[in-house]
Amino acid sequence: MSDPSGSNGGYRVIGSRPVRPDGVDKVTGRAQFGADFHLPGLLTGRIKRSPHAHARIVRIDTAAAERLAGVKAIVTAADFDLEAAGEIEAGESASAIRDVAANCLARAKALYQGHAVAAVAATSPEIAAEAIDLIAVTYEVLPHVIDVDEAMAPGAPVLHDDMFTRGVSPRPGTASNVAQRHVMSRGDAAGMLAAADIVVEGRYTTAAVHQGYIEPHACVASWGADGQSLIWSSSQGQFLVRAMTARILNIPLSDLKVIPAEIGGGFGGKTTVYLEPVALALSRKCGRPVKIVMSREEVFLASGPTSGSSIDIRLAARRDGTITAAEMTLRYQAGAFPGSPVHLGCMTAFACYDVEHLSLIGYDVVSNRPKVAAYRAPGAPMAAFAVESAIDDLARQLSMDPIDLRIRNAVRDGAKTVYGASVRSCALVETLEAIKSHPHYSAPLNPGQARGVAAGFWFNIGGESSAAVHIDEDGGATVVSSNPDIGGSRAAMAMMAAETLGLPIERVRCTVADTASIGFSGSTGGSRVTFATGMAVTEAAQKVVADLRRRAAQIWECDVADVAWRDGVATCLDPAKTVKPLSIAALAARSAKTGGPIAAEVALNAQGAAAGYGVHVCDVEVDPETGRTSIVRYTAAQDVGRAIHPAYVEGQLQGGAAQGVGWALNEEYVYSPEGLLQNAGFLDYRMPVASDLPMIDTVLVETKPNPRHPYGAKGVGEVSIVPPLGAVSNALSQIVGRRMTALPLSPVRVLAALGKI
Amino acid sequence: MSRTVVNAVVNGEAVTFLGGGGQSLLDALRDELRLTGTKEGCGTGDCGACSVIVDGRLVCACLMLAPEAEGRRIETIEGLAENGRLHPLQQQFLEQAALQCGFCTPGLLMAAKALLDHTPDPTESQVRYWLAGNICRCTGYDKVIRAVLDAAAQLRQAEKRS
Repeated sequence: MSDPSGSNGGYRVIGSRPVRPDGVDKVTGRAQFGADFHLPGLLTGRIKRSPHAHARIVRIDTAAAERLAGVKAIVTAADFDLEAAGEIEAGESASAIRDVAANCLARAKALYQGHAVAAVAATSPEIAAEAIDLIAVTYEVLPHVIDVDEAMAPGAPVLHDDMFTRGVSPRPGTASNVAQRHVMSRGDAAGMLAAADIVVEGRYTTAAVHQGYIEPHACVASWGADGQSLIWSSSQGQFLVRAMTARILNIPLSDLKVIPAEIGGGFGGKTTVYLEPVALALSRKCGRPVKIVMSREEVFLASGPTSGSSIDIRLAARRDGTITAAEMTLRYQAGAFPGSPVHLGCMTAFACYDVEHLSLIGYDVVSNRPKVAAYRAPGAPMAAFAVESAIDDLARQLSMDPIDLRIRNAVRDGAKTVYGASVRSCALVETLEAIKSHPHYSAPLNPGQARGVAAGFWFNIGGESSAAVHIDEDGGATVVSSNPDIGGSRAAMAMMAAETLGLPIERVRCTVADTASIGFSGSTGGSRVTFATGMAVTEAAQKVVADLRRRAAQIWECDVADVAWRDGVATCLDPAKTVKPLSIAALAARSAKTGGPIAAEVALNAQGAAAGYGVHVCDVEVDPETGRTSIVRYTAAQDVGRAIHPAYVEGQLQGGAAQGVGWALNEEYVYSPEGLLQNAGFLDYRMPVASDLPMIDTVLVETKPNPRHPYGAKGVGEVSIVPPLGAVSNALSQIVGRRMTALPLSPVRVLAALGKI
Repeated sequence: MSRTVVNAVVNGEAVTFLGGGGQSLLDALRDELRLTGTKEGCGTGDCGACSVIVDGRLVCACLMLAPEAEGRRIETIEGLAENGRLHPLQQQFLEQAALQCGFCTPGLLMAAKALLDHTPDPTESQVRYWLAGNICRCTGYDKVIRAVLDAAAQLRQAEKRS
């Protein structure tokens, strides 16, 4: 459903599908990811991790490890700045520095299996491994708690004896695992539910799932004798790595340069630090560069995941299908430190629907699991799973088409969200209609198959970004971006610059700069890069165009108002002048005589990121012998504003759908009674592989370009993981013959629901 | 750690390196030969990011010991383009946007090459099952599968012409 005129808004470059500027590097093995750097004298760093789910650290004895030949440095939490405090904004949420530091190296207690307690740097991987074994940690093992509901129960082992639930008044008299209670409400939900024609209710649970990026966390840190340090690392934000590392080690930002490596996937999971402060502390101790690379087991044990949840929902509706009220209680695992995205779950739960009376209560709950990290639309998929399941129940009770029911209740421009914002540039109804009119929606199903639909919402954010555009001496352009390119954003940046300057895309190159080479930027997250950094790139290119027009006017000795700019060429409109048009190359060649190098840098705080809406439909079938669910057909439609590079936008829809299918069907953190993770590897933590999925059809709904972005862009990266949980479960529930309420819908659960075990 | 001299042919060139102990072929490629295009995603043979071709057979370099490379012919991502000309698989991956972060891409390309070397006209299903050992978390595989099928068609055309 692109622009019906087919003109694509009259753009030359926007909306086309060029090869990305960093493409060749990434198909030839030249691209340098986090683990690919090497330096002379480089040491191998390794982390000593807790074998217990919850234990007091009585003593760490490093003497034997220190005596081992080849060991150059050992650090513990005592090497960090224990006074480090405050919060650092990390896109969609803020991180408490004290907790980030204690997650990098445990202080008094190990709070989950795999929690880092010490680290070594040695001259070889073998020596580092041996040294880790020689570090003797004396633990006093404590009772642990894994499950979110159990962690909230009275008498549960308490992780932090200084944690008193925030958001309740009066302040509780005893410490608990509930870090915070969030309340969001309007109207009289309880009253409406009591008097409703129809009430639908349910209790839903989802498992903790990992972002599953294929590149493990990796960094190289090098401390200089003058205190000037370098970090190369794979992250979603070089500025975030700099800020967190500097705060934890108590050094000024100007003493630390962070060079962003290529990033092998993040999905939100690389918006914090695990290794960088540890590697730099090791390097500081021995004066040698240190590389630390996590193993896959370490990635599962000690990074990510996102919250498992337990959710209660009650929905009130009239017989015509109008949803009048809803109550929800959301309990999200935060992991060992506070900060689950439960407030985002509350905000997004009903963001697709115009419901007058709402009461949402969210609990942020710690337990002996790794601290959660952001994961694509953090907090939204779990809440949407409950809401979309309940709406599916309502459609069945009313014998209404599930799309029609959603259209009846869909938000439209001007509606008020529960968190206060007004809905604008919203194409949810068009997106629902796009699915309804898609051939998939009316295609006949084979016996044993069923079809499910679900919708989803994500805010998308803007925020602070910097970018520069330089005109090369031969008339090409270089774009300097401030955001790690996680999925093709260099292409979008180069395209916006090319469009604005009037250059062919091949003449524009885009580089991602280190913290010393471009102004500050928020991280690559919140679906913000194409919107916010794209805005900075476009404005920088606009400044360059204004400068080029001024230079042409100077050469022609005419008024700048008489210089037209079109397709990269300045033309003189003054009829008194008989001059030939000047191309960028011609103007670049004369730059020394017209004011020097041609360049502009823009730093801005982008406002006006428009929310995104997605609607997915999927067909499933179940093997009645094994309980395995197969996705037979899948279509994802999304309100994307305007797609800058449609192929990469489609890729975001497809990738999010695949991750959501994994979340729905197979992925989960499995714990033993001792609180130990049972599946810390890709064999047992089962993410979708190529043979698990069909082609994923996409519909880009471009009926509402974002008026607050120069090319109409909205964030597109996150929405796509929100609908799949509901879409898959709504389909499978029909086959099973009753509502499935617990994710993942693993074969064993499906067999149990079918009464076969 | 005792080490032995290993002689192998990597991307058509004779190489000699020291390998030994528990060192994997992956570590030898990355650390001894500095061929860092081959990636480590898991180290346990589950993700396929370290896929290389050894004497015509697709293997996970993390599951092969470095000294086992003695006398073998090894193909890595660094050898897929010839004389600076991209292989049709590489070209199709670029044109169809079949990569997002690009980390699993070298392994996917080598695995796909191993498939097309033996099976020049695979079905979609064959491609999906052959690549089931290569996890990609970004793309949902759609564009990857299309790129491999189109590269296969392109290679068959080229074969016909020659």
